Amino acid sequence: MKALLKRAGLQGRSVVAAVPYLWLLLFFLIPFVIVLKISFSSSLIAMPPYEPLLHWTGEKVLQIKLNLGNFAFLVEDNLYWKAYLNSIWVASVSTFFCLLLGYPIAYAIARSNPSARNILMLLIVLPFWTSFLLRVYAWIGILKNNGLLNNFLIWIGAIDQPIQMLQTDFAVYVGIVYSYLPFMILPLYANLEKMDLTLLEAAADLGCKPWQGFLKVTLPLSLPGVRAGCLLVFIPAVGEFVIPSLLGDPGMLMIGKVLWTEFFNNRDWPVASAVAIVLLLFLVIPMMYFQRAQDAEAGGVHR
Amino acid sequence: MNQGRNLFRTLVLILGFAFLYIPIVSLIVYSFNSSRLVTVWGGFSTKWYGALLRNDQILNAAMLSLKVAAISATLAVVLGTLAGLVLARFGPFKGRTLLSGLTTAPLVMPEVITGLSLLLLFVTMEQIIGWPAGRGMTTIIISHITLTMAFVTVVVQSRLSQMDDSLEEAAMDLGARPHKVFFLITLPIIAPALMSGWLLAFTLSLDDLVITSFVAGPGSSTLPMVIFSKVRLGVSPDINALATILVAIVAIGVIVAGFTMSRQQKQRERDAQMALAANQQMIESVKKG
Repeated sequence: MKALLKRAGLQGRSVVAAVPYLWLLLFFLIPFVIVLKISFSSSLIAMPPYEPLLHWTGEKVLQIKLNLGNFAFLVEDNLYWKAYLNSIWVASVSTFFCLLLGYPIAYAIARSNPSARNILMLLIVLPFWTSFLLRVYAWIGILKNNGLLNNFLIWIGAIDQPIQMLQTDFAVYVGIVYSYLPFMILPLYANLEKMDLTLLEAAADLGCKPWQGFLKVTLPLSLPGVRAGCLLVFIPAVGEFVIPSLLGDPGMLMIGKVLWTEFFNNRDWPVASAVAIVLLLFLVIPMMYFQRAQDAEAGGVHR
Repeated sequence: MNQGRNLFRTLVLILGFAFLYIPIVSLIVYSFNSSRLVTVWGGFSTKWYGALLRNDQILNAAMLSLKVAAISATLAVVLGTLAGLVLARFGPFKGRTLLSGLTTAPLVMPEVITGLSLLLLFVTMEQIIGWPAGRGMTTIIISHITLTMAFVTVVVQSRLSQMDDSLEEAAMDLGARPHKVFFLITLPIIAPALMSGWLLAFTLSLDDLVITSFVAGPGSSTLPMVIFSKVRLGVSPDINALATILVAIVAIGVIVAGFTMSRQQKQRERDAQMALAANQQMIESVKKG
């Protein structure tokens, strides 16, 4: 009886594990296999607009046609390389400024008195609850030539003529930093908040000045938070589509925009798939890094 | 010295919050601007709200988005809770690393990749098994569940690993079966986390543009898709009115949630005090007797 129950319990456990597992395998992992498959096929004017890889030619003969042309195309046409490199550059710069802005904020909140901390953190994540699209849209009104910022600068006399800010790289940096700032602050705050402050007292007793204490104790200890925050900003920013298309120059090369155009405007699904596969190759290392950090943060394996 | 540090802290917080909130406030202020040129003030007016309420395209898209968000958030909470439970409580098992990878990858995966891959999956499935026939609400819901369950999993997993599991162990020692332990002990304790997971999934679904654009069929335009095609052409005052309504809903939701939670907290404290008082009385009566 007991053995039977135990077996039933075990089976119950495997059902619990199987449901989310199968869902993610079917709707998250297998799709990438299909993207990989289609990146090797050639484009066709049909629905769906690509040629099948597998062909039954006559009796029991399976013909596999692999077309490497899409990848060769990506290498030959330097538009794609420029787009990849520019995306990585834009994402890196934005991540850097996110950190520069996010660290002092996270630090200031973590060192506020405990009753204020929760409210301040709530205020940090609150904008995240309102539409991302509309928050990016708000920057159009601020940055455009007769927008808030230019009007303000003219009013205080800093400039006479409006500066072109919308449709520049600057606007894209502002948009990314603004949208992703909460993602930088959250892991930083979680890290700084649980830091043992007696370490700083010990450092002070041993003759450390406050800034030395910060550089030698707080900063090194907060590196896991810095890492998690930077990855959380950098990885999605590389493939960002909405921000460069609303705030950036129409000709700005970002790989997310290129993929979108290949898919929606040129209807070239195989090339769009190849673009996605190469982008994924660029991101696979930072992603694995992030997953390890995330797992360690979540306490890893329980018990 | 200490004062200098306090001043620095206050300054950082003021500047930081100004950066976060000025864009939102500007959206709200200009939604009441009567001028068609969004950033030139032409006097107070609520006419854009009226225009919004008469815009059938936006209203239909909003209805579709709300339906999709409610369904996908609910299913994402079920799946995300299971995944979080497996990751936090099942110990090491074969394939755990893959599962944890599959739940964290959607968090950071660029949306253009997720969107494209899901669309290609749906097209392939339709070719092979004939389902889903065409693209529309079903494919949008499946995609949103896949995206948002990752967020629910993280919330649930971190709540479970913070939670003291001695209660669960005690129930198990007293002979409760695993499913009973889950429904009687674990679920009530993590309920607030599930609630915030649901809200998070709901908001993310309501807000998603990129993945939805890939997997939506003709005639199933969600609210973000309509907004995007409008704002691509420049600022438009009725979008400001829409933004203001959304901000108001979020603000009310947060205030209500905060209020209920603090009331529950007080209730719990009261219960604890009453238990303590009852205990005290009992001890005294025992002493007397």
